[in-house]
Amino acid sequence: MKRIYVREEWCLGCHLCEYNCAFANSGMTDMVKALRGKTIYPRIQVETDENGVTYAVSCRHCKDPVCVKSCIAGAISQKDGVIEINHDKCVGCLTCVLVCPYGAVVEDGSGVAQKCELCMKNACGAPACVKGCPNGAIVYEERGERE
Amino acid sequence: MNFYPEFEVVRSDSRCIRCRVCERQCANEVHWYDADGKVMLSDESKCVNCQRCVTLCPTRALKIVKSDCRLRENANYSDQTIKEIYRQAETGGVLLSSMGNPNPLPVYWDRILINASQVTNPPIDPLREPMETRVSLGKKPDHITRNPDGSIDTKLPPQLTLSMPVMFSAMSYGSISYNAHASLARAASALGIYYNTGEGGLHEDFYQYGKNTIVQVASGRFGVHKDYLEAGAAIEIKMGQGAKPGIGGHLPGTKAVGDVSKTRMIPEGSDAISPAPHHDIYSIEDLRQLVYSLKEATEYRLPVIVKVAAVHNIAAIASGIARSGADIIAIDGFRGGTGAAPTRIRDNVGIPIELALAAVDKRLRDEGIRNNVSIICGGSVRSAADVVKAIALGADACYIATAACLAMGCHLCRSCHTGKCNWGIATQRPDLVKRLNPDIGSQRLINLMDAWRHEIKELMGGMGINSIEALRGNRLMLRGVGLTEKELQILGISHAGE
Amino acid sequence: MKRYIIIGNGVAAAGCIEGIRSVDAEGSITVISAENHPVYCRPLISYYLEQKTDLKRMQYRADSFYADHHVNLVCGRSAAEIRAEEKEIVLDNGDSFSYDALCCCTGSSPFVPPMTGLDTVENKFSFMTIDDTLALEQVITPDSRVLIIGAGLIGLKCAEGLHGRVKSITVCDLAPRVLSSILDDKCAAMMQKHLEANGISFLLGTSAKEFSGNHAVMQNGAEVDFDVLVLAVGVRANTALVKNAGGAGGRGIAVSDACETSLPDIYAAGDCTEYHDISSDTVKVMALMPNAYMQGHTAGVNMAGGSAVFDNAIPMNSIGFFGLHCHTAGSQPEGCEMYEEADEQHIKRLFIKDDRLTGFMLIGQMHRTGIYTALIRSQTPLSSVDFARLKIEPQLAAMGRAYRDKVLKGAV
Repeated sequence: MKRIYVREEWCLGCHLCEYNCAFANSGMTDMVKALRGKTIYPRIQVETDENGVTYAVSCRHCKDPVCVKSCIAGAISQKDGVIEINHDKCVGCLTCVLVCPYGAVVEDGSGVAQKCELCMKNACGAPACVKGCPNGAIVYEERGERE
Repeated sequence: MNFYPEFEVVRSDSRCIRCRVCERQCANEVHWYDADGKVMLSDESKCVNCQRCVTLCPTRALKIVKSDCRLRENANYSDQTIKEIYRQAETGGVLLSSMGNPNPLPVYWDRILINASQVTNPPIDPLREPMETRVSLGKKPDHITRNPDGSIDTKLPPQLTLSMPVMFSAMSYGSISYNAHASLARAASALGIYYNTGEGGLHEDFYQYGKNTIVQVASGRFGVHKDYLEAGAAIEIKMGQGAKPGIGGHLPGTKAVGDVSKTRMIPEGSDAISPAPHHDIYSIEDLRQLVYSLKEATEYRLPVIVKVAAVHNIAAIASGIARSGADIIAIDGFRGGTGAAPTRIRDNVGIPIELALAAVDKRLRDEGIRNNVSIICGGSVRSAADVVKAIALGADACYIATAACLAMGCHLCRSCHTGKCNWGIATQRPDLVKRLNPDIGSQRLINLMDAWRHEIKELMGGMGINSIEALRGNRLMLRGVGLTEKELQILGISHAGE
Repeated sequence: MKRYIIIGNGVAAAGCIEGIRSVDAEGSITVISAENHPVYCRPLISYYLEQKTDLKRMQYRADSFYADHHVNLVCGRSAAEIRAEEKEIVLDNGDSFSYDALCCCTGSSPFVPPMTGLDTVENKFSFMTIDDTLALEQVITPDSRVLIIGAGLIGLKCAEGLHGRVKSITVCDLAPRVLSSILDDKCAAMMQKHLEANGISFLLGTSAKEFSGNHAVMQNGAEVDFDVLVLAVGVRANTALVKNAGGAGGRGIAVSDACETSLPDIYAAGDCTEYHDISSDTVKVMALMPNAYMQGHTAGVNMAGGSAVFDNAIPMNSIGFFGLHCHTAGSQPEGCEMYEEADEQHIKRLFIKDDRLTGFMLIGQMHRTGIYTALIRSQTPLSSVDFARLKIEPQLAAMGRAYRDKVLKGAV
């Protein structure tokens, strides 16, 4: 399946992906209206290593997803490889945050868990982080599956 | 002496979402976030108007405008003139500038118009008819020679074959970044054209693009060795540069770091100052020696280009070069760019490429030696129309560099000499260099050339010409507007309406 | 065609069904469910009271789950006996089923210590099942005074669920602090303060000694009048079926990493089991949801002839009250070191021993804590990562280049 991968050699650490993510999942059509004056809770996180190298981390859509197995509400499921949260069922216990080894499931600011769903459920249609990256540092592509 | 900044950062607070992208992306440290007031602030005195922040601001909350705070108006002593005097009075230094001459001197390209066929000589539709944009650069034989068995001797002196009459001109690794070089090399390779190393040697990673590389030998001889000469498809002797005729290149020690110093074969951190002259060249005969030394070193496999700045005597100089054994002459006009040049030289020395090109082409024809050499024209070729006009004025091909830099993201802020290019082009700072992803840079160069090739074909088709070679020196296809008799005479074209 | 029987219909059972079907699409699966509800996860009942969910949304899987997995669901029945020799089970109504592989997912039951006069209390409830919750919901009114015995996970979640729907809530516990099974004194104090700020009253270090009607007398002499009593002292693993059949176990049914009991072809999963906690290297009952599913799934795969192990179990809990969240995992072994950050709003305590992260308690700051959990589960030597950075902020950046490349540049 197609996944999001980072090419850290091209990541500028500009954090635009985080803002594009927050906007894409805001359900609004204007970024200013969506984000101005608010703390953002992006589903992708830019990290910086000890050498100053930056890269963005988002859900890996694992083959053996511990978040799906751990969700007490049965709200997280994996379909065609894509792991998504049914926000209608989620009660905000944050067990998924506690178990995701990549720190890719995060709280959304209102106490509910959220994670990258490849922008399949929002108006963006394709990952907003990829589209908005000014330097091609985040790609959405097929790289084969783990055996 | 403090001045009010040249530019103002206009930030729409009602649009700013405090993402701080501007702050992170400004190498000049103009923007910063004030956590107390929860607001973005700026120090405009550091702004060079490179527009990096404007481009990346996701909410279009930013614009950079020219400050209207000016010294009292004076047509003779302009605001800039006065401030330059202040700066020199303060520092005692030579003023430095980058990129091409920005002053409002005539741009002849814009006063020349192209013909189109109507009725009698029908235009050609490039979408339906074959259209040849390929050119070969190099010495052409005067006559056909036959082998003893009567067959034609097809052996030509070495040629450069271009899929279209445009190449990326010399920009050294050092003046521009590794990723800029990678972008140029990959694009030239994909396009079937050439890029030029400039006087900085050839990074070992780019030997693989040798088939599409012109290696330069300049007065400092930086980075020149046998493998280097043999790596390219042609060798260019740089006698002069349009942006700074009469002086040599200068790479500040701050840019001579890491692989740059290794590639140039100079100690890290040392200024790479190329002499104004080649110390072994004081005559055409001396030049001939260098031309043949290089040919000898590469077993006569490679054409040799001699690049000169367009200066007053250009026609005579070109005539000499055409007799020196060089295969190609590259003429660089006074608007050509640079990574750093003394402002006074950049803005006051040299002549327009259009006039120089016309003069050289005419002189070589008059002397019957036009076929001895091909002519490359550079120094602000900005569009496919400029290319077509240049060919019609007598060029075989054009060199572009500023346009190539623009394709890679340059916003012409003319601050290359600071080494803090926010677009990752004219810098060696690793954090800035990585801003130019060669996947993107090369693709944009390819796109630009594809677009130009289409436009060249359309313009050719309009003239009823289906081969770019048939346009070369075809000045009947050009008319001048608003030009004096003298200018028209030098350009060798008629006035519109004639 | 293999015959599978699963006793119990909780999350472990759901995991077992999915585990079996991941290997065997054909075999028959029979699930014996004492409750008349499709599978749901017990902790959701407090969210039901809180009206954050409803019976429909509480369903762990879609309506078509049993049909999709070709499961024969027997509701309202419990297993009375396992005849391991005969490889069959007998239900409380005498029906019997033969199996080729059996999984016992019987969960746990509320434990009620003997208290004088408890039989005189009219409105008393456990808080384990949907039926408990529905019954409790029937009796509460905005004027109810609720006394909850037990300040553990169940009692406090019940308190949160009832908050706003009743007049007052008092929680008592014999332990001197709240959430004594997962928090230490300092962390518990922060949670307690927050709960108190939200109107929950506590009587700690004491419990009810005797009741008479709606009046309770505490061991320390305090007296509490209440209208509704919730008994949330603790739970006991339901081990009897397996133990009576000869299966080994202590407080829970003993299971291996493959979720096998000591009896052939009998597996067990979930709250009824005791198993290896790698963070403390001890065997214990870890009645918690993620592990229940993973055990169930592991058992299912193995029952169907596949090969699976669940060999990195640790205790872990994610629990929050009135917006203040708490994550705990692993253990605090004797002699461990502690890294601590604390202020008014949050506490971070990391426990380190023998170059390994063995556990943590985090309150108020949950961001990316799974990275810590993974460190415990993988038993990664801390000398192989940049723990100085990690302890300040969980991040892949401090996990080393090789790990990062593996995780971010290819499928995982």
